[in-house]
Amino acid sequence: MDGEELTQQETELYDRQIRVWGVDAQRRLSKANVLVCGMTGTVAEFCKNIVLAGVGSVTLVDDGVVTEEALSANFLIPPDESVYKGRTLAELCCDSLKEFNSMVRVSVEKGDISSFGGDFFSKFDVVVISSCSLATKKLINEKCRRLLRRVAFYTVDCRDSCGEIFVDLQNYKYTKKKVDEAVEFELKYPSFEEAITTPWRKLPRKTAKLYFATRVIEKFEEAEGRNPGETSILDLPGVLKKKKELCEAESLNESQIPDSLLERLVVGRREFPPVCAVIGGILGQEVIKTISGKGDPLKNFFFFDAFDGKGIIEDVSNPDAAS
Amino acid sequence: MASPPHLSAAKDAKVLMVGAGGIGCELLKTLALSGFKDIHIIDMDTIEVSNLNRQFLFRQKHVGQSKAKVARDAILRFRPNISITPYHANVKDPEFNVDFFKQFNVVLNGLDNLDARRHVNRLCLAADVPLVESGTTGFLGQVTIHLKGKTECYECQPKPAPKSYPVCTITSTPSKFVHCIVWAKDLLFAKLFGDKAQDNDLNVRSGNASTSDHTEDVFERRTDEDIEDYGRRIYDHVFGYNIEVALSNEETWKNRNMPRPIYSKDVLPVRPTRQNGNMDRGSATENPSSVSAMASLGMKNPQEIWSLMENSKIFLEALKLFFGKREKDIGNLSFDKDDQLAVEFVTSAANIRASSFGIPLHSLFESKGIAGNIVHAVATTNAIIAGLIVIEAIKVLQKDAKSYRMTYCLEHPSKKMLLMPVEPYEPNKSCYVCSETPLSLEINTHRSTLRDFVDKIVKAKLGMNLPLIMHGSALLYEVGDDLEEDMVANYAANLEKVLSELPSPVTSGTLLTVEDLQQELTCNINIKHREEFDEEKEPDGMVLSGWTQAPAVEKKDENHVGNGVGTSKNMPTSAEQAETNEDVEIVPADIEIPADKKRKLAEISNSDGMGTSRVAAETNNHGKVEELDDDDDVVFICDGDSDPSKKRNLH
Repeated sequence: MDGEELTQQETELYDRQIRVWGVDAQRRLSKANVLVCGMTGTVAEFCKNIVLAGVGSVTLVDDGVVTEEALSANFLIPPDESVYKGRTLAELCCDSLKEFNSMVRVSVEKGDISSFGGDFFSKFDVVVISSCSLATKKLINEKCRRLLRRVAFYTVDCRDSCGEIFVDLQNYKYTKKKVDEAVEFELKYPSFEEAITTPWRKLPRKTAKLYFATRVIEKFEEAEGRNPGETSILDLPGVLKKKKELCEAESLNESQIPDSLLERLVVGRREFPPVCAVIGGILGQEVIKTISGKGDPLKNFFFFDAFDGKGIIEDVSNPDAAS
Repeated sequence: MASPPHLSAAKDAKVLMVGAGGIGCELLKTLALSGFKDIHIIDMDTIEVSNLNRQFLFRQKHVGQSKAKVARDAILRFRPNISITPYHANVKDPEFNVDFFKQFNVVLNGLDNLDARRHVNRLCLAADVPLVESGTTGFLGQVTIHLKGKTECYECQPKPAPKSYPVCTITSTPSKFVHCIVWAKDLLFAKLFGDKAQDNDLNVRSGNASTSDHTEDVFERRTDEDIEDYGRRIYDHVFGYNIEVALSNEETWKNRNMPRPIYSKDVLPVRPTRQNGNMDRGSATENPSSVSAMASLGMKNPQEIWSLMENSKIFLEALKLFFGKREKDIGNLSFDKDDQLAVEFVTSAANIRASSFGIPLHSLFESKGIAGNIVHAVATTNAIIAGLIVIEAIKVLQKDAKSYRMTYCLEHPSKKMLLMPVEPYEPNKSCYVCSETPLSLEINTHRSTLRDFVDKIVKAKLGMNLPLIMHGSALLYEVGDDLEEDMVANYAANLEKVLSELPSPVTSGTLLTVEDLQQELTCNINIKHREEFDEEKEPDGMVLSGWTQAPAVEKKDENHVGNGVGTSKNMPTSAEQAETNEDVEIVPADIEIPADKKRKLAEISNSDGMGTSRVAAETNNHGKVEELDDDDDVVFICDGDSDPSKKRNLH
């Protein structure tokens, strides 16, 4: 119990969602601090969702400027050049987000997130990063894990008409009501590094193809020193070569990673707005569950591909790793 | 489905959105981002505060304004060069006829009630325009796709009717809290504050109990009667006297727990002396909407469950405030969930009755949800569903038939899936909407009138809006603006006649043709005379078949009085009651079908397999069912025990 009552304003505004998750959960939401890095279209959707839900604060990190690509998928950016000129993506999104709910503190943090220290991350309950390199994902995840208090860590990326979410809640305890009694559950999440170094042959046979495809591209970008998403059709041969390399090293049948899928991801750099809405929605729900402590959290990857319409959860963890 | 092709499909398309609420706002935003340039949007509602937690295109300052118009303005701020045409109107209005629908490449529904959905379904069939349907409730949602002749129409699988309760359960033998709410709202509140001319079932008892001589006087406040006295008199009558009278009929209580009568003197402290009796009318400038019994009594928490005494205090205080501060409202009030004082009154009345019958009490918050048919809603589910709708819309525009999917958004994963796509089913050959199946009606042609037939069958069950009824070439009834006076009089007279005495008599064996010209729907109904009907199971006195009414969630409550029971003679149609936010229909979960079961489903459903996989529609969401059971008119076909094969039309 957190003691403070919701204000009349909150009770009125949040009535419909309180009927979903209860007053307690709403109180916890109002005290939660969320850090978001990489203002992609998907992240814009996610931020909209958690601001509407009534979190305590949202801090945005993205010093990038407005590009045509950003405008095509991010509805928080005003289209008028005279308005957006000279301002960063984080600043522009911050202004728009504030309008959705005056009770949420939305702010901007400038700088390179890789350079922020543990002190900085300890101010947050949830960290979400998008469009970051493999190295950055690992780095931020480690910083979060080293903190004394538990900080929930998520990555989210969308390419072409596909999307991926990764979740690390470390050791997560929560209760569920089963009939009349409250049952306690505990989940142990692997770190990002632990998860992606799980030998491929140890994974279930029907593991989502998107999982492998994303790892191939991650490795390719790392090897070539590329920024995330900076690939084009010219890179396809290189990516296919990388796939072959990895499949051999991991003893995975190459057919598990269709070339056509890799091609789509390499060529279709832009986000597809309906997928942004879907992934931003799923991620929003996950973060709300974590903050409120209510509901089974997703463990530990989620994939969506508009081509087949399936939204799949994969539990990628090393069965041999010490728990 | 890569980005460039979708853009070209989108930019030339003309799209109609019906609904600018929870799904609508998300949908309009995603359509605009996805390259759609010509969007029309219909919504009759205005913006309320409780919308703002998810309908993000709206702000506090917009409360009271048209949803369609404000949504349009908000989207134009980030996509100034697209065309959005808003209609602040009811989609059932005659201007939205088949020709109107024909101009669109696809229709996208984001509605919150069954009635409008059926109407749009029919217009899309008539216009031969693809329809993408959707719905959400809490964390659940779905998107379905309907193309004439190729897939099921929206009505091929009958949707459960909104929850309803037998009159006697409400007036005499409540067993659940919702029964007490319906009593408090539709009987007591209506009697005290509503239209006095309306019939009311209050004081009607099942069995042979006699009506009190004083019935007519009891609820009328006597001249100069002290308000506190009046309140206690009403209290004692409905919670004390009426219960004693009910108890005197021993038959009723043979197998039921007996209620206990409650009198105000036993629950409340002795009332203060007369001099405090008169209401302070001084504050004439006080805002009527801020009048509140809770505030007056210093009770602040709507989530708290009050004791019998607290409920009784609220009851009397609310009554006092209505007569003292809102006297001019009395006589023409109908229950409004946003009317704080009305909610307080109904909550307290329901709780006192519940106390009497040994039913657990509920908080104001919970009661408001039940009485107001409030559907819980969050932004994330709407966003997910909106994304899925646009994906289907683009497939339709690209005529990518093989990839059409119905998609279900689950709260708990099934086979690792939170988003589950299913191939659409073939049209149901027995669907009276898209396949012109004749129907049969059993009815007492000497007792039921044409009005009964129109209200209960044509409008309620068949969902027709502006019907036309013919017997052979004889026109028995029609609606329209351009009718001549003598025809109108003729039809009015016909309505009151029993079927067998109509100018063109309707008897056993008659075939009636019922049409709605706007929906372009024609139904043929074979009439079969039947003398007797079971009062409990068939209270309408008529049974329609050939069209399968899916069971309501609570099995024992089929075919009963609508939740909005005023009087047994003057039943509001159940269609008018279902005003929920974006209700969800079928939600499949836990799909583990062995191969032979798949074939069985294909046989039963009459469709010789498209050669594609089928999925049973069954949900495991027991917990959610429990909650929703009492609260909503949610159209869930979701009983863990029910046989999925029953959900098809079995013919």
